[in-house]
Formats: sequence, structure tokens, C-alpha cells
Amino acid sequence: MMRFVMALALLLPLGGAMAQQDSGAPAGGAPSVQSVAPEVGSGRGGANNAQQPSSTAPETQTGGPRPAPIAPRPRVAVEPIVAPPPFTARSDTDATALEAQRAEQGGVIEGAVSIPNQAAGILVQPAGRDWRGFRTRILTIAGAVILLGTVFILAGLYFLRGPQRIDAGRSGRTLHRYGLFERMNHWMVAVSFVLLGLTGINITFGRTLLRPVIGAEAFTTLTWTGQAVHQFLSFPFVIGLMAMVLVWARDNLPSRVDIAWIKAGGPAAKGHPPAGRFNAAQKALYWFVIGGGVLAAVSGYLLMAPGLLDNVTNQQWAHVLHGLMAMVMMAAIIGHIYIGTIGTEGAFEAMATGRVDYNYAREHHSLWVEERVAEARRLAAGAD
Amino acid sequence: MARMKFLCDSDRCIECNACVTACKNEHEVPWGINRRRVVTIGDGKPGERSISMACMHCTDAPCAAVCPVACFYGTEDGLVLHDKDLCIGCGYCFYACPFGAPQYPRVGNFGGRGKMDKCTYCAGGPQQDNSAVEYMQYGSNRIAEGKLPLCAEMCSTKALLAGDGEIIASIYKERVQQRGYGSGAWGWRTAYREELPA
Repeated sequence: MMRFVMALALLLPLGGAMAQQDSGAPAGGAPSVQSVAPEVGSGRGGANNAQQPSSTAPETQTGGPRPAPIAPRPRVAVEPIVAPPPFTARSDTDATALEAQRAEQGGVIEGAVSIPNQAAGILVQPAGRDWRGFRTRILTIAGAVILLGTVFILAGLYFLRGPQRIDAGRSGRTLHRYGLFERMNHWMVAVSFVLLGLTGINITFGRTLLRPVIGAEAFTTLTWTGQAVHQFLSFPFVIGLMAMVLVWARDNLPSRVDIAWIKAGGPAAKGHPPAGRFNAAQKALYWFVIGGGVLAAVSGYLLMAPGLLDNVTNQQWAHVLHGLMAMVMMAAIIGHIYIGTIGTEGAFEAMATGRVDYNYAREHHSLWVEERVAEARRLAAGAD
Repeated sequence: MARMKFLCDSDRCIECNACVTACKNEHEVPWGINRRRVVTIGDGKPGERSISMACMHCTDAPCAAVCPVACFYGTEDGLVLHDKDLCIGCGYCFYACPFGAPQYPRVGNFGGRGKMDKCTYCAGGPQQDNSAVEYMQYGSNRIAEGKLPLCAEMCSTKALLAGDGEIIASIYKERVQQRGYGSGAWGWRTAYREELPA
């Protein structure tokens, strides 16, 4: 401690002398620009005072082999940040032009929202205008044409050509055609379908046809009940369709007989071309009902729970599919009802009692009758 | 009577969402329903812009055209309002609305829609003005009190304008002229078939 203080005292006059020199002209040899590492005076360990290595042998490293130096990170191409244009120069977005473009070319004007309902990010969707046209014009006009057209055609058929009689007359003997399960399932689907159709027609046409007649309040009550019925009855309808797939799909597979049946003229043929348990028209209706029913059911369920389709465009398409499918199916079923009741003698009792007249079966489903008769003969032979 | 409209000046909107909050508070709007919302286009990118959007009270309103029970009605001010006692919550107005204005509480069967709720332009519903039953269904009726919609009245940057369509259009045109830019009146072409120069 004492020695340090003495050394400090010795240095003091020296420092004073240097200070005096600094005040005048720069000392000779002093650098004009101060270097990063300041030069050290000879009195404080200059070049000669540095610690000398005791050996000239190259230094050996301690602590084992040094790890390889880490490779420098390759340069990532960075997009330079462009300064945004000044406010006055950035009015490139023109709301009117944007809306016109979307209205003509489709698409939506979309952005981000800070509320949980992310579907609200769609600012403007001009497609709503097209959907409006579908709902107020296309579906109503096309639906009316399809449904009324079917009814008119069938009425014309009934009054001009008359119902299809059993040519040979009733035989008095009957043949088992549909089991209890088949019939119950058929009527479950039928009742559901009729009510689904009526409530759907009410949604589509009721505003124009029924509301002026029964008044706004009564119409709302009816339509409110109707939409609940529509939703709940979709379940028996779909379950029934699945059961129909299980019990009737095998007998409805297309076969060569069907081609011959169609070539012979189908329902318009002279006489009765041979057919199996179901003829080609019945098979076509069957597959149409299964396929159309599945489409209508899927699109309907997607509309039923709005959470399933959180996009307004998809909901519009689901409605278009549902509405068109429903109209076409209703027309087809109106035809089915006509043929199954007043259009064909002896047809309705098949679904009512499960048994058909032998002559009816022989005329309309000759191959099926042969099958049944052969089977009965085999059973009888087995019993002997 | 004047033709009432909304106009959002997107060069002024700062996405503070105060209009959304004010609307919800003024009308005690149910949970999960937003009569008004702020949409930000190009969020986080240069040139992003925010637009406050609600029912635009369209001329020849699509919602009214597609409603299966015809529950919509117009007012002298050109507003498009609806009667919740007649609404069946079918969702058709939402499909047709270009602005996504109709909202539905999820109370129906299978998580379905309840009676539709949308911006009333602070004009309530078909019941007697400022009655308790009107407030329960539609919120307050500021128009009947001689006031304009709250969202526009309290907009801090005066981005959202409400009032007579001609007056707010002239205010906006003046702004565009003074500052030298503007993106136009969002939704006006779609709602009113009217174009404001940008």
C-alpha cells in the first residue's frame, strides 16, 4: 500500500509536465489521430517491457482439441422493407370499383375482424344478389313449372288414356309381395316426405300464396311450426332411406332384363314386357330417391345447423342444391303416387296389404312371378 | 323525410371498435351478436384500411325480398326494419344480405337460429316508440328521440357518418377534396346503387 502511494507521488510531477506540454503545440511524435488502443508511454510498460515468452516453441493448446469453429450462418435473402407510399399517393383502393369488380366476377371483399365470429370478416358479398334471384325467381318459377307440369301431365294421362287396368281381370288369388317391415318403412318415409314437401313448399311459395289469405301472424305460426316439423321429420326420412337401401338395393340392381324392358317401350309398351320384382322405371325411381334423398338430406343438415357451414357462400350453394333437389324429387314422387294409386289397377294393395293379385303380378312382374312359383313348387316338393 | 344512410370513411377509421361497443351497450345486444363490426382489409400490410360495417338499410333490400314470412318493413326514413314477432329464424336474409348484417342467437333446434337481430339504425321496431317491449326486442329508439345512431354519433375520428344520405355524401366529398384522397363510400354501390367519387 505504502509503495503504491510513493509511486503515485513520483508520477505526479511527470503528469504536470505533460499537461503543460499539451497546452502548447502537440508534442513531436504524438499521433495526430488517437488510435483505438492508446499507445503506452515507456514508463508504463512499452514494447520492451512486455512479458517475453520463455520459449520459442509454438504454444500448445490446453483443454483437449478445440471444437471446430462454428460455420458462419449463411446469408438469408431478406426482402428490403420498402417505405410505404405517402398517404396522398395510396388511394389505390376504390370501394366502388372493388364492389363492381366483385359483383361482375364473383368473390367477396374480405378482411380481418377482432370479434369471435370470424365469418363476419366478409365485408361485402355481392353473390347474395344472385342467391336472391335464385330464391325469388328461379326456384319459385322452376318449382311451380316442375310441380304443376307433372300434375298436368298426369291428369292428361289419366283422362285421355285412363288408368292401367289388369288386362286379364282379377284372378281372386293373391301373391305375397311386401313384408310388414318393408311396408312400415315405406309409409314412414312416405309420411315424412309428404310433410317435408308441404312444409318446404310453404317456405318457398307460402309468402305469395298463403300469407295474404290467412294473415301475417297466423302464417308465421304455421311456418314456425312447419320449419320445426321439417327439421325433425328429416330423421325418420333419412333412417327410412337407409333401411330401403338394406332391404331393396339387391332387387334394384340393373340387369339385362331392364334393357329389354326399356327397348320394348317401358311403360308405353304394347302388352307387358317381362320384368323382375321391380321394372326399370321402378329401379330408376328407387336409385333417384336414394341418391337425391342423400343429397337433399346432406344439404339440409348443413343448413339446419348454421355452425356446420360457417361461410355464407357455402350456405347459399347448400340451399340451391336442397331447393332444386327437393323440387325434382317432389315431381318424381307425384308421379310415383299416381302410378301407385289411381294410375295402375291393383298396385296400391301391394303397399297396403302386402299382397297383390296374381294376374297383376303376372302382367307387370312376370319374371318375379315365375321365380315365386318355382320357389313354391320346390318348397311343395320338399314337403312331400 | 330524408333518406338515412351510413357512410364509413375508411381513411379515418382507426379500428378502435368503439362503434361496436357503443352499439352493444346502447341496445343491450345479446351475447355473441354484433350488429356492427369493424373489418380490416389487408391487416398488417401497407395500405391496410378498416371499415365499420352494419346493416346499410339498402334500397330494394335483398333481405326483405327473400324473407319467407315477409317480416321486413320500410320506414319513412328509408330504413329497413323487421318484426321479430313474425321472424322464424330461417337464415334466408343472411344468405341474401351483401353485408352479413343479420345475426341469429343460437337458441333454435339443433343449435339453429333464433329470431334474427340486426342494426335498427337506432330506430327500434314496430312496437310503440321507446316502450319497454320495444327495448327488450330491438334496443333503444334514438331516432324517435330525434337523435342519430350512437355508433356514428360517438365515433372519435368521425369516420362513421350517419344521417341524411345527401348531407353525409357532401361532407365526405368535401373531405376528399380537401385532403386529396379517399377510397370511396364502402358499400354504397351495392346498397344504394350510388357511386361516390373516390
